[in-house]
Amino acid sequence: MKKLAWQALDAALGQGAQYADVRFIEERHRSFSTKNGKLGHLSDSESTGLGIRVIADRAWGFAATDDTSPEGIVGCARRATAIARASARVNPQPAALAPEAPVRAVWNSPCVVDPFTIPAQEPLELLYAVDREARSVAGVTLAETNMEFHRASQIFVSSEGAEIEQTRTTSGAGLSALAFAGNELQKRSYPNSFGGQHQLKGYELIAELRLLENAKRVGEEAVALLKADPCPELTGTLILDSSQLGLQIHESIGHPIELDRVLGMEANFAGASFLTLEKLNHLRYGTSLVNVVADARLEHGPGLGTFGFDDEGVPAQCQDIIRAGEFTGYLMNRETALQIGQARSNGCMRAESWNRVPLIRMTNISLLPGEQPLSPEELIADTDAGIYMETNRSWSIDDKRYNFQFGCELGWEIRHGRKTRMLKNPSYSGITTEFWNSLDAICSRPYWTLWGTPNCGKGQPQQTMGTGHGAAPARFRQVRIGSAFRKAEAG
Amino acid sequence: MNHDTPTLLRPEEARALAARAFAYARADGTEITLSRQSTALTRFANNGIHQNVAEISTQLSVRSLIGGRMARASTNRLDDKAIANVVARAEELARLQEPDSEVLPLPEAQNYPAVARYVEATAQADAAWRARQVEAMVEVAKAEKLIAAGIAANHAQSYAILNSRGLEAFYQESGAEYSVTMTGDSSSGWAKGSAVDMAALDYRGGAERAARKARASADPGQIPPGLYTVVLEPAAVLDLLGFLIWDFSGLAVLDQRSCLTGRVGEKLFGDNISIHDDAGHPLQTGAPFDGEGMPRRQLVLVDHGTVQELAFARTSAARMRREHPNSAAQPTGHGFPLPNEYGEAPMNVVMRGGQTSEAGLLEGIERGVLVTRLWYIREVEPFEKLLTGMTRDGTFLIENGRITRGLRNFRFNQSVIEMLRQVEAMGPAVRASGEESFDMVVPALRVKQFNFTEVTRF
Repeated sequence: MKKLAWQALDAALGQGAQYADVRFIEERHRSFSTKNGKLGHLSDSESTGLGIRVIADRAWGFAATDDTSPEGIVGCARRATAIARASARVNPQPAALAPEAPVRAVWNSPCVVDPFTIPAQEPLELLYAVDREARSVAGVTLAETNMEFHRASQIFVSSEGAEIEQTRTTSGAGLSALAFAGNELQKRSYPNSFGGQHQLKGYELIAELRLLENAKRVGEEAVALLKADPCPELTGTLILDSSQLGLQIHESIGHPIELDRVLGMEANFAGASFLTLEKLNHLRYGTSLVNVVADARLEHGPGLGTFGFDDEGVPAQCQDIIRAGEFTGYLMNRETALQIGQARSNGCMRAESWNRVPLIRMTNISLLPGEQPLSPEELIADTDAGIYMETNRSWSIDDKRYNFQFGCELGWEIRHGRKTRMLKNPSYSGITTEFWNSLDAICSRPYWTLWGTPNCGKGQPQQTMGTGHGAAPARFRQVRIGSAFRKAEAG
Repeated sequence: MNHDTPTLLRPEEARALAARAFAYARADGTEITLSRQSTALTRFANNGIHQNVAEISTQLSVRSLIGGRMARASTNRLDDKAIANVVARAEELARLQEPDSEVLPLPEAQNYPAVARYVEATAQADAAWRARQVEAMVEVAKAEKLIAAGIAANHAQSYAILNSRGLEAFYQESGAEYSVTMTGDSSSGWAKGSAVDMAALDYRGGAERAARKARASADPGQIPPGLYTVVLEPAAVLDLLGFLIWDFSGLAVLDQRSCLTGRVGEKLFGDNISIHDDAGHPLQTGAPFDGEGMPRRQLVLVDHGTVQELAFARTSAARMRREHPNSAAQPTGHGFPLPNEYGEAPMNVVMRGGQTSEAGLLEGIERGVLVTRLWYIREVEPFEKLLTGMTRDGTFLIENGRITRGLRNFRFNQSVIEMLRQVEAMGPAVRASGEESFDMVVPALRVKQFNFTEVTRF
């Protein structure tokens, strides 16, 4: 692998590239699912290839191939440089990179139990048992389970002299139970919706998730939701569980701080950002309790945004994004760091695979837990009236990341410090900065979870990336609740 | 293979590759799926090219069936060792399972209608050609003092399914696509197009349309959210319709997760709504067969407002007949590659349009909203198909039958079922491209009582 990567780099430089980097990647993916006691899917895939990124004629080119023969590699290098020269035809801003000392390193993510050594029978048997347990609840009409394992072994070399070997192993699993009756369909998921929990771990994650122990409760809640009262429409106090808050962070902090969006590079598809450059160090993003970091380091936790080096060879870093409510940092790559006058990139360049060019992506964008001891039960006890919401069901935000609306699977009405009645179809909406400036309590470290979002889409051609989001349950005041189901009056 | 301009997978090469895989197979049935694609995409922003990529890749995928058990394994390595290994992995995973009586034997050889969706010049267009199209779009932006961002892309793709019962299905297509956003100080406009033949696309024309929208929506006003008569351009229509189409899966109805559960045969939409699935439609793309190699047949999904047919893979059709003995469900050729949990879906959607012109759609609207494009659509409630999302890149106030100014963007919360009961007029059906769904053939619509619930800040 290493030899081929250097051959590819030499080929690119031989074609006249002024800068080149090569990522040679071997990937393995194994995926299981069940549905109502039967196999949903069972697949095992491997993929090997390389991507060559070059600057030639002061413009960018990228080509990727899975033909790793000498001819295939040279052809790919020739294509990458020809593409760069074509880019130069419409290139008002010459490509340039912030300086970065080249690194030679080997980094492997922690993996206690290699999931690819586990006989496939074992995960399948667990998933069938979970599926059976969820369906043991009368009224559950559909139960689904899933489990995924992924490993990417990569070598990165650059014309600046970097040579980095990196292997990341991720695992994930989840379940959901659906209940259909009359004209209504309700759903509960565990530990999170849309595929459960995913982390930078091996098979050891699966036991930690306690899927079987939670399957019956999930089924019971799905059925109970059919008879629950609908969430009322009001402006008031909202408490979010940590998984929903993780997605709130992803959408209303993680995406707007991407510097390529801010600089207009994503205007056609993913959109721009309200966080224009003059707001850096001047915008009050949230209350003084809001402290958010972008932390790709292992010490932050086994997140989907944890790595040793990004895909430009920049070491993992921790960047303050919001410090005591003040907006303090963007997610950058080497090119955009230079464009806004930063000395160096903070290491957020990531590609989905060998066949995709790296983009600025979230690492682990986490809301730090509250410093004062506070449990979810104490937070509810401290709330006179409000709505508690749990587990995402729908998410939507405008293309500059101002106006959002989220729906959750389950709500509870809070009265006089207690959960009183279950509510179905809960939703809330708001404007990003108004929302974060309404936060008045966050639970403390023991209740903080580093959630994995495995399906973040960005780029053209679109890339899917795993991101991490640490969060503990938190309380927000004066939030618009329930407007998703409002039938407006004639305009 | 030519390493600069790749050749597609020809039938003889596919047969030879499959034969190597079959030689290693010990299963009762083996299905080989092969694909090779060359894709390239030039991306521009701030009036310049900032990303420019190309990829060549091949995939070999094996589905093994052993005594009512099946599994799939895939690789992109085509040496003998890798092929032997991928066959062995599929068979090993299949053997681990309990037999399932619903697993059907592989289908036998099928006949397919001929489709011609490959244009050599489009398949081989290079980065210099794409740069010239970008240059044309950027010239429009500079002339209008706007900032352009977007893509110019092309691809060539070949696909084959061969199984151990003699089924052989081959397909190849080319494609070109552009998308352009024009941004001014306070507004933006957008246009997008896709076609099998790049000659069918008007890159400069699209840029001019996007620029006109950006100019016309400068200094947008704000009106309160509420129920408005809207004109939805085709891209907005397809992005909403895309959330309904998955419910026409027979398996989704059997699983009671479809909004059509208990509603097939019911008049759910307005009289003027007819929706078909037609893989042979001249404006459609894609293979004339499904993930098992079954030929796609035309489906009448909705006829004058009544839900008529569902899509069925072989397995779901058999299950429908078993669980509902009165059903005559037959495979329709819309199944996804097996094994999967979603069954099937219509993928070549054609909504019948009308004859109303763009100006005609505005006629008679005292106060309404024209929507160019929608964004970040998500399902809020699955049975009435309540969707939320935002307008984007060209939202306009209509007053007394004319567009009078740009508007700040709205959030909507709208049942797509209810929307299809409120259609007052339609433009002609065209091939449309959006961002939230696959391309379709749909008209622009004038819709009453569209539910905007909030306004954003721009």
